Amino acid sequence: MKGTSTLLDGVWLLLILGTGFTWWLGESGHGGPQAVMTILVIAFCKGLLVIQEFMALRGVKRLWQGAVVGWLFVVLVVNMAAYWKGI
Amino acid sequence: MWVFILAELSAFGLLFMVYGIARMKHAALFDEMQLTLDRNAGALNTVLLITASWCVARAVAAIQKNAGLTSARWLAGGILAAVGFVVVKLFEYGAKFEAGINLDTNLFYMFYLSLTFFHFMHVILGLVILLFLWRKTRSGGYTAENCLGMETGASYWHMVDLVWIVLFPLIYVMR
Repeated sequence: MKGTSTLLDGVWLLLILGTGFTWWLGESGHGGPQAVMTILVIAFCKGLLVIQEFMALRGVKRLWQGAVVGWLFVVLVVNMAAYWKGI
Repeated sequence: MWVFILAELSAFGLLFMVYGIARMKHAALFDEMQLTLDRNAGALNTVLLITASWCVARAVAAIQKNAGLTSARWLAGGILAAVGFVVVKLFEYGAKFEAGINLDTNLFYMFYLSLTFFHFMHVILGLVILLFLWRKTRSGGYTAENCLGMETGASYWHMVDLVWIVLFPLIYVMR
């Protein structure tokens, strides 16, 4: 249990750090393709951590894992593509 | 439950993609309106949802070791964080409504209010599920051998968290 707990605590910390960095990018006025790409990559990594560690889909239920990770990927890629097309 | 979760994710996914396309066509308006959002409140709510998800994950890990009391305490922590999200969001909505902002204000606010309120309703349902899990866990209703109900409820909550993890950067940050 200690191993699982330590892993979950570490994931929580990474998620908080990712959120803090995203917030900082917004607050410091960072914009443009590079900033947006960074923000969306962070969102993907955070989502992946939630899916694999909190939802406990890593290594099990491959169909469900693929569907949820695929959802995350498609949503973020479409938004990145729309952003590029809009600038 | 997984079919239900995927259906919910599909609905949110579609809305997020439509938001991206609308943003593409009205980038200047979306950038200008985004500056009127309270990014601190958005970030605080992200921290609260992530923390609630962490507590719920710890609760599941605890029940899998037959530590019912510990599991109930983690669930209580998750509920507190979820209530915190609701309070912050209500303050945020209150400030917008006081400023006269509504669905008709402009396209950005139509998306902002629709997307965040749709998500808010899911948080409320998730909160009800967490309260049910907490009560049942406290009364010894789950064990390591019989915790599928808790795992399923937890997955719903993590879905609510996952959607906000996408929503926060899209609406509050990227410009």
